[in-house]
Amino acid sequence: MATLNSNIPPGPLASKWENHKFSSKLINPANKRKYKVIVVGAGLAGASASATLAELGYEVHNFVFHDSPRRAHSVAAQGGINAAKNYQNDGDSVHRLFYDTIKGGDYRARESNVHRLAEVSVNIIDQCAAQGVPFAREYGGLLDNRSFGGAQVSRTFYARGQTGQQLLLGAYSALNKMIGAGAVKSYTHSEMLDLVVVGGHAKGIIVRNLQTGEITRHSADAVVLATGGYGNVYNLSTYARGSNVTASWRAYKRGATFGNPCYTQIHPTCIPVSGDYQSKLTLMSESLRNDGRIWVPKKKEDCGKNPADIGEGDRDYYLERMYSAFGNLAPRDIASRAAKYVCDEGRGVGPTGLGVYLDFSESIRRLGEDKVRERYGNLFAMYHEITNEDAYKTPMRIYPAVHYTMGGLWVDYNLMSNLPGLFVLGEANFSDHGANRLGASALMQGLSDGYFVLPSTIATYLATVKAGSRPATDKGEFKEAEDNVRGFIQRVTTSSGKRTPDSFHKQLGKLMWEYCGMARTAAGLQKGIQLIGDLREEYRTNVKVLGEAGGWNQGLEKAARVADFIELGELMCRDALMREESCGGHFREEYQYTAADPEVQQGIVNAGDVKRRDDQFAFVAAWEYAGAPDKAPILNKEPLVYEEVKMSTRSYK
Amino acid sequence: MKVTLKVWRQKNATSAGELKTYTSPELNENMSFLEMLDVVNEELANKGEEPIAFDHDCREGICGTCSLVIDGKPHGPHHGVATCQTYMRSFKDGDEIIVEPWRAKPFPIIKDLVCDRKAFDRIQHAGGFISVRTGAAPDANSIPVPKEDADLAMDAAQCIGCGACVAACKNASAMLFVAAKVSHLGLMPQGQPERYRRVRAMVNQMDEEGFGNCTVTGSCEAACPKSISIDFIARMNRDYGVALLKGEPKKVAGGGAG
Repeated sequence: MATLNSNIPPGPLASKWENHKFSSKLINPANKRKYKVIVVGAGLAGASASATLAELGYEVHNFVFHDSPRRAHSVAAQGGINAAKNYQNDGDSVHRLFYDTIKGGDYRARESNVHRLAEVSVNIIDQCAAQGVPFAREYGGLLDNRSFGGAQVSRTFYARGQTGQQLLLGAYSALNKMIGAGAVKSYTHSEMLDLVVVGGHAKGIIVRNLQTGEITRHSADAVVLATGGYGNVYNLSTYARGSNVTASWRAYKRGATFGNPCYTQIHPTCIPVSGDYQSKLTLMSESLRNDGRIWVPKKKEDCGKNPADIGEGDRDYYLERMYSAFGNLAPRDIASRAAKYVCDEGRGVGPTGLGVYLDFSESIRRLGEDKVRERYGNLFAMYHEITNEDAYKTPMRIYPAVHYTMGGLWVDYNLMSNLPGLFVLGEANFSDHGANRLGASALMQGLSDGYFVLPSTIATYLATVKAGSRPATDKGEFKEAEDNVRGFIQRVTTSSGKRTPDSFHKQLGKLMWEYCGMARTAAGLQKGIQLIGDLREEYRTNVKVLGEAGGWNQGLEKAARVADFIELGELMCRDALMREESCGGHFREEYQYTAADPEVQQGIVNAGDVKRRDDQFAFVAAWEYAGAPDKAPILNKEPLVYEEVKMSTRSYK
Repeated sequence: MKVTLKVWRQKNATSAGELKTYTSPELNENMSFLEMLDVVNEELANKGEEPIAFDHDCREGICGTCSLVIDGKPHGPHHGVATCQTYMRSFKDGDEIIVEPWRAKPFPIIKDLVCDRKAFDRIQHAGGFISVRTGAAPDANSIPVPKEDADLAMDAAQCIGCGACVAACKNASAMLFVAAKVSHLGLMPQGQPERYRRVRAMVNQMDEEGFGNCTVTGSCEAACPKSISIDFIARMNRDYGVALLKGEPKKVAGGGAG
C-alpha cells in the first residue's frame, strides 16, 4: 500500500496557508541555484511555475511536446477566471468562493486546498493585470466582471471569449522573460515518456525529441508535472487532439497514485456530433447560458419540426422548470445530465436526436440583436462556421461533451504526490474541484498552483534534499527507464499489426462514452472493464505504426498516447465501479433519488438527482499500480474530513 | 463528395520535396479540412503508405498550430479563420486542391507540411513581456486602463502565433506578428516602462532571424486568422523610430549601498 499523508497544516482553516508558509523551511537564496527542477508542460500551471521558480533562483528546465509553450490547451479556455475580489460589491468574499467551490465539487474536494485556492485567487488577478493581460474593462478603466457557471455573484474576470488565451500568453510572457534571461532552459517538441525514480524519489525523466527522434535522459532534484487532463480517453472531447495522459500515466506506473480517475466533467454546451469522421467537439462558452434559454419540445412528435413552428406552450424549458433558482445557469454536471435525460426520452433535436436548443430569441427581443452580438458575436460566428446555421435566426443546437477531468495524480497539501520529489499541478492533479468543477475555476487553479502555491511548497521538499546530490544520468534507473521507452518504440514500429493507433482510439472512446460516460451502472462498468481489457490485449500485438522512429512520426507519438489511454480507461471504469454513489460528474444510475425518498417528498431534491453516500464514500480514491496492466490496481483511501463546511445535499432548486 | 489532393511531401529539412497526388475517399461536406486529411491518412495507413504529416492541435482556431497553404492561400479560402476552421463545404465535388506548407526561410520544413516556427519564440524571448515578478503586482484596479485602449490592446493580443502573416508575405516578413505583441503591450499603461527597449529588442531579433521587411502589400492582414490590422505595423514603426531616436539606454554602474 502507498503511504498517503495529506500534510494538511494544523490550525483554523482560514489561517492554514499563512501558518504553513511561515512554518515551512526556506532555502537560502545562494543555494537555490544549486537545485534543478524539471517542469513538464507549459500551460497555465507549467508556464507560471517555471517562470516563478526561475525568478526565485532555481535552475529550471521546461519541457513541452508542442513546437512552442504557447500552444498548451489552456489557450482554448473561453469564459473567464474567478477571483474573490468583490469589485462588484455583491457580497463576494474568500469564504464565499471557497464555499461555492466546495459545494460545486459536491463535497469531494479537500477543504484546506480549496480554501487556499480562494485566498490566492485575488493575487492571480493582480499578477495577470500587471503582466498586461487585456482584461475587459468598464469605461472608468476598472476591471469588468460577469457572473458565470452557477455563481450568484459576479466574480469572473474575462478577456472577450479568449480568457484562457490571454492568461496563457501572460504566463508565456513571464516564461519568455526568464528564458531570455537564461534562467529557464526551454525544450520544445520534447515529450516526456517516462519518469525516473531513484531510491523512491522522482529524480528525472526520459524525453523523446519529436523532430529528431532522439531519446535523452534528464536528472533533477524535483520533477513537476503540469501536463493537463485526460479527457481524450473518450477520443471525442473539447480537448486539443494532442492532449494526453502519458506523463501522468508513466508516473502512475512508477508508483504515483492516481486520484479519483472517474471524475469527469461533461460540459453542457457543446456543438453536437455530426458524423463518424469527427475528431473534435467544440465547446460553446457557457456564458451563453446567461442569455440563452435551453429547451426541447414537450412532445416527441415535434422534434423534427422547424423550432420556429413550435409554440411557446409546446416547449419545455426544462432547466427553468426543474431548477427554478438557477434555471439555465445550473452547474455543469446537472445541466448535462438533464440534457441527456430529455434526449433519452426521445425529445432531443437535430439529425441525430442528440441535441437540445439554446435559444436567444427572447434575449434578442429584450436587448436587441446588436447587444447580443456585442456579447457573443465571436461565439455565434464560430457556431456558424461549424454548422452553417445562423443562431440569430434559429436556436443553436447543443449537447454535452467531455471537457475536463477533475481526477488526476494524487497530491498532498504541498502538491507533492506520494512519490517524494514529484509535484503535480493544474488539471493533472486531483485536488481542488472534487467531483465537479465550476465554470471559470480551472484557470484559477492552474495559475494558483503555478504562480503561488508550488513556488512556496516545493521548498518543503527541497529543504530535505542536499544541494548538488541529484543523481547522474548514467545511473541504472535512468538506463532502465530509457530501455523501457526504446522497447516500446521498437515494438510498435516493427510490429506486424494491422490497425492504426487512431482506430483503437476511436474504439476506446466509444466504449468509454457507452460504459463510463454520463450515466454509469455496475453491469455496464463491468462490461467496460472486460472490453477495454480485450482492447489492451489486441493493442499489444495488432497496432501498426508506419515510418521511422528516428524522426518526425505522428503515428508513433499517437501510439504511445493511445496505449496509455487504454490502460487509463480501464482504471476509470474500476474507480467508477468502486464508487457506489453518485456525486458531481460521476453518476451511478443505481444511486439517485426516487419519488419514494423523503428528500424528494420534502422538495429538497428532485427525483433523479444524484444520491451521495457520505457515510461510505467521503474519501479520495488513490489508485496504486500493481506492477502489470492486467493486475487489479490497489485502492488507497484518503478520508475527507470537513472542519468548516457541513456536507449537505447539494440543491440548486 | 470526393476531391483530388496535391500534397507537398518532403522527408526532412535537407531532402527535396514534391507534390504528390491523392484521391480522397467519399467525404462529407461538414468535415473540417483537417478531418478530411485524417480520413485520407487513415486510408493511406491502411494501404501501408506513410501518412501525410501536418501540424494541428486544438482544432478550434486558437492554438495557432495548424498551418497549411491551401490553393495558394494560408489557412485556405476564407477570411478570419484558421485551417482547422475551414470546412469541406467550401469546396466542390471533384475539386483539385493544392496543399503546401508555410514557405519562408526562417521556417524550415520539418516534414511534409510541418515547419519549424521556433524563430517566433526567440523574438518573444527578446522582449515580448512586461517584467513583473510574481508577487510584486499592485491591486489590479490600482492601474485603470481606458476601455478603448484595453479593447485595442485586445485586438492585437488575439494573435495566435501561427505564422500565416509570414507565409502570405512575398518578403516573408514577420512584422504583423511582432507588431501585434509590441502594440498589445505598448498600449497598456503597465507596458510603458519597457516600451522602447521592447520594440528595439524584438525588431532586432526579428531581423536576426532572417524575416524580410514590410512593403505594405497587406497580404498578412488578409491571411491573418484573427484579422489583425496592418495599422499595428505603423504603430510599431513609430515606436521603433522613437526608440532609435532615444538611442541605447545608458549603462549605469552598479554598486552596493552599504
